[in-house]
Amino acid sequence: MRVRFSDVFPLKACRYHEVTGAGSYSFAAICCGVTSGKAIWFVEGWVPEVLNPHGLQTYCDPHRVLIGKCAGALDILAATEESLRSGSVSLVVAELTKPLSLIAGRRLQLAAEAGSSTGLMIVREGMGSNATQTRWSISPAYSPDDSTQMRWELNKNKTGTYGNWKVCWNDEAHRISVVSEPA
Amino acid sequence: MMRRIVSLWFPNLPSERILRTKHIEGPFAVIARIKNADRLICLNATAQERGLRRGMGLADARSFCPQLQTELHNSQADQLFQDGLLRWARRYCPWVGKDGVDGLLLDITGSAHLLGGEVALLRDIRMRLARSKLTVCVGIGDTLGAAWALAHFGQGCADTGDTLSAIQRLPIACLRITTKEDTTLQRLGIKTVGQLAALPRATVGQRFGASVLMRLDQALGRQAESISPEANAPTYSTRLTLPEPIGLAKDVMAGVERLLYPLCKKLTDNMSGVRVLSLSCRRIDGGDQTVELRLARPLRDPTRILPLFERGVGEIDSGFGIDQLRLVAVQVEALPVEQTTQTTQGKSRHDDGLHDLITRLGNRIGLENIQRFLPADSHIPERSFIIAPVAWSEPTGAWGTWNPRPIRLFQPEYVAAATTVPPKRFKWRGMSFQIGRTTGPERIAPEWWFDDENWRHGVRDYWKVETREGHRLWMFYTPQNPSWFVHGMFA
Repeated sequence: MRVRFSDVFPLKACRYHEVTGAGSYSFAAICCGVTSGKAIWFVEGWVPEVLNPHGLQTYCDPHRVLIGKCAGALDILAATEESLRSGSVSLVVAELTKPLSLIAGRRLQLAAEAGSSTGLMIVREGMGSNATQTRWSISPAYSPDDSTQMRWELNKNKTGTYGNWKVCWNDEAHRISVVSEPA
Repeated sequence: MMRRIVSLWFPNLPSERILRTKHIEGPFAVIARIKNADRLICLNATAQERGLRRGMGLADARSFCPQLQTELHNSQADQLFQDGLLRWARRYCPWVGKDGVDGLLLDITGSAHLLGGEVALLRDIRMRLARSKLTVCVGIGDTLGAAWALAHFGQGCADTGDTLSAIQRLPIACLRITTKEDTTLQRLGIKTVGQLAALPRATVGQRFGASVLMRLDQALGRQAESISPEANAPTYSTRLTLPEPIGLAKDVMAGVERLLYPLCKKLTDNMSGVRVLSLSCRRIDGGDQTVELRLARPLRDPTRILPLFERGVGEIDSGFGIDQLRLVAVQVEALPVEQTTQTTQGKSRHDDGLHDLITRLGNRIGLENIQRFLPADSHIPERSFIIAPVAWSEPTGAWGTWNPRPIRLFQPEYVAAATTVPPKRFKWRGMSFQIGRTTGPERIAPEWWFDDENWRHGVRDYWKVETREGHRLWMFYTPQNPSWFVHGMFA
């Protein structure tokens, strides 16, 4: 039985998830948009690329997103765990530059459960942890008549099978809509 | 009972404050920059013996006395020193006020007998101040004006009910009148207070207006004048000394709890909240351990502050034990009382949780590193938003409507191309791209009133470029300096 899109997105709450690929930032922004409440986004301070709030605006209200600039990978993990455990923010996004170990992943999972909040780790290709609930690979796709089309691949899923979808952002309904089910 | 006022004047306060802490032999002067010239404003006795005077230019003074040592005037430190003297003067009476920048006024009515009468009190003041190496001129009288006059001109004591005879020989400048009035009176031959008091009131009033008469009346007690005493600034610090040293984190937390409640009570009374708290633990071997807690919002609720201390207290190295805890509110801000209603209560409780989280994160990664975006009034992509620390900002301002903007921005990266519209094929970050669709151009002109390195190439024509490989890039062309750059990514 194939997994249905509505079963895996919006992301399962009280768990942490991983995302890779060129479109991971818009995926994270869409996740901020579909959840209510504040989101906190951790980045390493030295990374020269910055998030543009006017770009975030398409998907969510930039006032709802807080940015945490951490000194290193360890600080990011500690801050993410603390935020997940507190339950004061509904979504915690973290951009990781180092591989996530199984222990770290498991700790994040326990923290997300304790605080009933959702975590989303933006990881590099092949640097994820097996403790994650789902892992997504997002790449923007060219389409001659739609400039928001993306390919969303579900590479890992703890509670079901994998899948891949072509989706686009529906600006009027302010939600993601599936263009084609997996072939 | 007649009022009795003591006026203390410290004529050499700026220099003596410095000389108290620093031993300087030979001539010394405090200098300040007045009207673009360094001038001496206070001298020690040796400098005066060498012929230097107040108000002299520093260059002139140096030529008279090459070995003159100087120090810059620090009016803030002088003010703090005067505050200290004010606190000291409360030992004589409870009603002490400041007089200008170099004097004090004490209302000793009914308190002189506690120190053995006025004469003994004045002797005590002089003795103690001399021991602190301070020059003081003391005047005592029934009125503030008389005491001031005696302190500044001649020193002495005006007996009860006999003010005029004590000050009648003093020059009229002792009445605190303006220099202009003083000069005019002297030109008319009125040189002393006695002469002025003997003149018919009507003529003085007609010639000089009410101010001279008012000063004279104040000095002679015909018109009331009050001293405004200064209240002590509230100090927010509590301390706990223990009979036996403690070492467990749990015990330290219990101690902190005990300190926190009176501190927060005091904050509540003064309608303020604390922003930075410092807990110092004195170990029995003398090593001090300090925990600093910086809060995301001003707080005064002990039940919320206490759990925030847990991480810091856990990191203390207690060694052989801690026998004193001291909690100081380092930074205090005004926090008015707010009425909570049924509807705002739930929201504020949620916000409280967020602020506590920011405090905890802030103590790990730095409070200024937790930031939020605020809209800014500029078309330049890099300056169209501000990044502000969450702890010191509110989410305000509308984001407005813009043409589609990329979600990621980076430093413009050069792309080799020679066209004026986006090139059909190009390479960027080691990848080859083929163009599928383009939207644009959108011309953005630099803000000429800012000198921005990145905008040296002149105006930019921005294009949204969708490649067949999938990447959606934000590229710009600089027509005044033909070249192509990638500035951001849409997905």
